[in-house]
Amino acid sequence: MQNIETAQGQSAVMRQRRLSSLNRIVKYVLVRGLTLLVTVTIGVYLAILIANGGGYVDEMRKGQIRESVSIQMAGDPENAFLTLQERRALEESMVNTQIEQLGLHRPFAIRSVEYLWSGLTLDLGRADYLLSDSGSRQVRSILGERLGPTLLLMATGQLLLFFSSLALGLFLSRRYGTFLDKFIIAMAPTSSAPAWFWGMFLILIFAAVLGWLPFGGMVGAPPPTSTFWRFMSTLKHMILPVTALLISSIFASAYSRRTFFLIYSSEDYVEMAKAKGLSDREIERRYVLRPTLPTIITSFLLTIIGLWVGAIVFETVFNWPGIGRLTQQAINMFDTPVIVATTVIYAYLLAVTVFLLDIIYALVDPRVKIGGGGTKS
Amino acid sequence: MKATLSNAFRQLRRYPSAVVGCIIILLLVFMAIYAMIAIPYSEAVRLWRGADNVWIQTPRNAAPAWFNYFYREKQPESIVMKTAEDPSLKQVVDLGGGVSTSDFVFEFDYQYDGFPTELSVFFDAQYSAARPNVALKWVTPDGREIPIADLSVRASENYSISQDTKVTRRLGGVVPERGLFADPNNPNKVLKGTYQLVGEGLIFEEGSSVDASLVVYGKLHGIAGTDHRRRDITIALLWGTPVALAFGLVAAVGSSIATMFLGAASVWFGGWIDWLIRRINEVVMILPLLPILIMIGLFYSRSIWVILGVVIALGIFGSGILSYRAMFLQVKESGYIDAARAYGAGSGRIIFRYMIPKIIPTLIPGFVTQVPSFVFLEATLSVLGLGDPVLPTWGKLLNDAQGNGALLNGYFYWVLEPAFLLMLAGLGFAMLGFALDRIFNPRLRGI
Repeated sequence: MQNIETAQGQSAVMRQRRLSSLNRIVKYVLVRGLTLLVTVTIGVYLAILIANGGGYVDEMRKGQIRESVSIQMAGDPENAFLTLQERRALEESMVNTQIEQLGLHRPFAIRSVEYLWSGLTLDLGRADYLLSDSGSRQVRSILGERLGPTLLLMATGQLLLFFSSLALGLFLSRRYGTFLDKFIIAMAPTSSAPAWFWGMFLILIFAAVLGWLPFGGMVGAPPPTSTFWRFMSTLKHMILPVTALLISSIFASAYSRRTFFLIYSSEDYVEMAKAKGLSDREIERRYVLRPTLPTIITSFLLTIIGLWVGAIVFETVFNWPGIGRLTQQAINMFDTPVIVATTVIYAYLLAVTVFLLDIIYALVDPRVKIGGGGTKS
Repeated sequence: MKATLSNAFRQLRRYPSAVVGCIIILLLVFMAIYAMIAIPYSEAVRLWRGADNVWIQTPRNAAPAWFNYFYREKQPESIVMKTAEDPSLKQVVDLGGGVSTSDFVFEFDYQYDGFPTELSVFFDAQYSAARPNVALKWVTPDGREIPIADLSVRASENYSISQDTKVTRRLGGVVPERGLFADPNNPNKVLKGTYQLVGEGLIFEEGSSVDASLVVYGKLHGIAGTDHRRRDITIALLWGTPVALAFGLVAAVGSSIATMFLGAASVWFGGWIDWLIRRINEVVMILPLLPILIMIGLFYSRSIWVILGVVIALGIFGSGILSYRAMFLQVKESGYIDAARAYGAGSGRIIFRYMIPKIIPTLIPGFVTQVPSFVFLEATLSVLGLGDPVLPTWGKLLNDAQGNGALLNGYFYWVLEPAFLLMLAGLGFAMLGFALDRIFNPRLRGI
């Protein structure tokens, strides 16, 4: 009887504790989410300020208005009877009315807030020159088309990088001092070169000299008709870019993980666990990996930020039809709306990546879970 | 502090990677100094802009000359002969009445296995009304004579034999640079021997003259080869060195020093300043740096110094500030800071005289490891076509190579040369930085 009561009491305490830890995680995630939203807002506002420094956003909007007005007028049969001058005057007055309607005559400080809102809600306007594959001028649909390939490539690369560097780090810390260990340490400085740089070498070796793999792009030309072969073709096109991403970061990442594991495995509680007779695997998992994971996630975060930002050149080198390649095309064609839009998208992509990692961080960091010791900074 | 530094220096010698890194950096520094002395800034800019036909006599997309050491089949280097520089090539005979003949013979020995890429004759004529006439004739080693063209020469005339379709037709549809050099028995082989381009000129005025120069464009040029606009890549390789070093070092030193000051201020003043700096840091850390740089490059200025300023301004924030903060928090607790406060030292004095000097040794590995990332950042911007508009840099070479399909067309040297130097610069600083990190960071020692 008594036993049952205690058991019930215990489970109630457990439930309460679990609830409060869930509470903390939710609170932590919310706070981080808000911070990131602020970051995105600032990033977008900065983009607008920079772009507007030369009055470009205004030009952009006015150009759109002019275009829509002239289309509207061309479609109206009544205007066919007007002389050229009358028509110009009419057009001018219509443009001016619209400018006033949209509030473009108001001071920039007020308008910038509006731009900020449309930027944040991804209402990105129309491109000057670039078209989406379906022929649309809407920046949003152009970006939508390009987002998939970018996410596919970067997510694959980043996930592979995370797990392989973790595994390699663990492996090296176990085999500390061997030739492989020394080799990885010696290779670590090569990670100072970005992924596109290694990509160039890989293309040179495997595409230009050996001819084993394609120079770039996402599917072979002409694209295979069956879904399966298209998938295989994409897979084949991803080998070089993903390898380049891995090479560019894995040595330094593995080196720092290994060093971290080595430092942590000389802690007293690990010695204690060893004395208790726990297996190596158990020790690694519970006493080495677990406490280092939050720090590892933080450092991985920095790597990922670097990768995202490098994606622009990276995709250009591999001719990968993603956001980065789009940015490069927009730069070459001076397509302002698209450039501003890609900056906004990158701000979002970075923030989302960081947010996802923050959630994982909250799940693995005992301080967030139990202690409630505040945010990580 | 001096003792720490000299101690560190002594330890440095024990790390082979640090020694190699130092040697690489020194090499690059010498190269940079040599570049700036040998080719002054304005000259480099002028040459790279390529105005006034400076590059008219170099071949297009030529590989480096030292390629010949590695291949059995020897490829030609450019042959340039000028009557203006060597008067013995020209013979003027006065026929009286203002008319004279002005003949020239360009004789050269062609012992290469590859065909040249282009053939051109440049004329410089002086006359007041009547243009001089020149008849060109090609003499092969086996004695065949092939008429090339009859020209009425303007003051400055560029006659490209390779683009003359009449010559092509005369050679049976073979482009002149192949047809004129081919062995009649085996059109795919070069007939080695002494070739002649004979020009028979007629001058119709007193005091009039005509000078000619022959350029047989080769497939190899100089130490580094040439690009699609005939420019000698050596110039960009040389001048890329000071640009890369200056950009990397200034950006790294500038941003790490600013980061350090901010970290010190954050810790010393604490309170809302600390809070503000940490929040700003959180925001800036995940701002998309490259897109912002791209927008600045596009809308304002592509000058390398403007970009450098922005890079430093945004580079101040990042993970660095947090580690400096952690270090300063320890320093702040030390006894001598209390002592300084006790004798009434002001905030500025404590930060500058007591807190920062203590941290400076750890600053060094920090910025040395940062240099490569900034060197590559400059290259990244250039590859995107946002490099400095006038300066030749490594990144701009890569951009040109990328834009002209260097890898597809097999001009590997065009990519590999700047890439090699970039890697060298990156590796040099990274290797030194890794060693320095181990020396100054005792936790890493022995691991």
